[in-house]
Amino acid sequence: MSLRRDKSWMAAIAPYLWLGMLFAFPFLLVFKLSLSDVALSMPPYAPKFDPGNIGRFVRALDLDTYGRLVSDPIYIKAWLSSLKIAAISTALLVLIGYPIAYGMARCSSGSRQLLVLAVTLPFFTSFLIRVYAWVAILKPAGILNAGLHALGLPPVAVMNTDAAVYIGMVYAYLPFMALPLYAVLEKQDESLIEAAADLGATPFRAFWTVTFPMSLPGVAAGALLCFIPIVGEFVIPDLLGGSSTLMIGKTIWTEFFNNRDWPAAAAAATALLITLVVPLMLYQRQQARVLR
Amino acid sequence: MTTKAARPNIGAIRSSFAPWNDPGTKPLVRFDGVTKRFGDQIAVDNVSLDIYEREFFALLGPSGCGKTTLMRMLAGFETPDAGRIMLGGVDLADTPPHKRPVNMMFQSYALFPHLSVAGNIAFGLKMEGLKKVAITDRVNEMLKLVKLEAYAARMPHQLSGGQRQRVALARAIARKPRVLLLDEPLAALDKKLREETQFELTDLQMELGITFLTVTHDQDEAMVLADRIGVMDQGRIVQIGPPTEVYEAPNSRGVAEFLGDINIFEGIVETFNSPVASLKSADGHFKVVDEDCPAGGATVWLAVRPEKMRISPKAPPKGTANVLAGEIWDIGYLGDWTTYIVEIGPNRLIRVAQANASRIVEHPLSWDDKVWVSFDADAGVVLTR
Repeated sequence: MSLRRDKSWMAAIAPYLWLGMLFAFPFLLVFKLSLSDVALSMPPYAPKFDPGNIGRFVRALDLDTYGRLVSDPIYIKAWLSSLKIAAISTALLVLIGYPIAYGMARCSSGSRQLLVLAVTLPFFTSFLIRVYAWVAILKPAGILNAGLHALGLPPVAVMNTDAAVYIGMVYAYLPFMALPLYAVLEKQDESLIEAAADLGATPFRAFWTVTFPMSLPGVAAGALLCFIPIVGEFVIPDLLGGSSTLMIGKTIWTEFFNNRDWPAAAAAATALLITLVVPLMLYQRQQARVLR
Repeated sequence: MTTKAARPNIGAIRSSFAPWNDPGTKPLVRFDGVTKRFGDQIAVDNVSLDIYEREFFALLGPSGCGKTTLMRMLAGFETPDAGRIMLGGVDLADTPPHKRPVNMMFQSYALFPHLSVAGNIAFGLKMEGLKKVAITDRVNEMLKLVKLEAYAARMPHQLSGGQRQRVALARAIARKPRVLLLDEPLAALDKKLREETQFELTDLQMELGITFLTVTHDQDEAMVLADRIGVMDQGRIVQIGPPTEVYEAPNSRGVAEFLGDINIFEGIVETFNSPVASLKSADGHFKVVDEDCPAGGATVWLAVRPEKMRISPKAPPKGTANVLAGEIWDIGYLGDWTTYIVEIGPNRLIRVAQANASRIVEHPLSWDDKVWVSFDADAGVVLTR
């Protein structure tokens, strides 16, 4: 079909335009920034883009900042700590989100609607306010300790620890885990479970041999939707975590706003993006193979 | 031509197989007053039914008649509200589905999409806890049986409909069930493949010696496959018998009309000197041979299959038992058969089917032709309900 008659490319152009303007272009700016050097000026980096002398501008760009990222252990530590926190949070999310999604999928269709609404309901409130609510719950004289006190139990010091960060992460990202899992489990053909039972599988074995392996794409989707934003999460470790909670998002923030080291922040952000994009692409390739 | 497959002498076995006539034979499966309700809908209504060892039994009925529910209760997926289901003399009420010695071939096949063909067939054997070597042997045996040796590593979505059906069958018989349940086994296949598979299924059943219970809404399928057919309607079994019996001697107008085409004449018995009866109807007098005809004065229905009637442009010879005069209203040419719709009175249409035995007919019957329809005294069956 000729391009003149087939207008379907016009629909395809919209997402590319969106990606180009709101992702690719800003990313290029950040990347350029990461190749610059710190300078005492406004904005605080050099060289500045000079359309009159592009050659000199390009020659002034270098990878020095990335060298600093590797040589200063704070970045590596923050990056590893972020990956660790994201991995543990994602594992917790699978453990908590799976039973929730499974329960939702096995409900009667009437209560199912209600449960999906309940899972999405927190989105009606600002993310920041919801995290602040956890401060009110977890702080030393907060709701949690008041409850423990009423029960005659000793208070716990959760606020400003890694435990508080995990609580916040699991709370904030649970819908992103539960909903894709629910979507996969809800679609699963009931007769497959019957077939498993018919072939001698106890309900427990039917779950592990049929339901669970078939829901793995949902687990993968949920894990990606949680893991990636958690690695770069800034608000939760900042509000709930302590001074010892090291995360790359917080480090980038500190470089930008406290140290005014824009190139270092930009380089850390670029490195983070690359470490997240590579596993994502591997996953995509594996998905494409499964589909074929 | 149909190719002749190597097989044991099935003809001799099948022609003499009738355990239901022997009062000493114990049934393998017994449904005893089984009732199942869904809400206020009654799906299965007080059904009692015996199925014998090595029998191929078909439950036949329109969709929603309760046949699938009845079978699912034997598999354990539904629990009866009343009555008992026995297998080999043991009540199955407390046996969960995974412990019942029956296997089912699902209508959708329900193949596990994440497992290969071999993985699907091995599934039940693994659950049994068989050794790896034993599983591999049995899987290979099954693959050979359903002629899918070359497809062991394929995934279900890489197979054709017919191949998937055979995998589902192999998976269900791999565990050597005492009863194999088939839920509309051939419904998803195209006509040609369906006919081939019908004969394959009966041969397989003889070879394996497993009792088969199939559920179908397709009367041809039920007739070809089954030793006996249970005709179901609205949750009840209305007739049980071998295919020839339910077809040639239906016990009600409902059964007669559900199985194939039939012409029904309402009338009153004038005289009955067993076995010859004379009936009076709006379409004329009929002479019928039927031992079970009620005595004079009773209202009855004479049911005559279209293929047991003859159609002719000339008046039949004197002494022909039953003759009707009419005009051809419509013709349906099917190649091997032609169906004529004949108007024998105002708004009285009957069907007559003729085999097209010759390629060339000199004066073929045409629309609006005056014709005579005749049938023998033993062509019809007298029904009382």
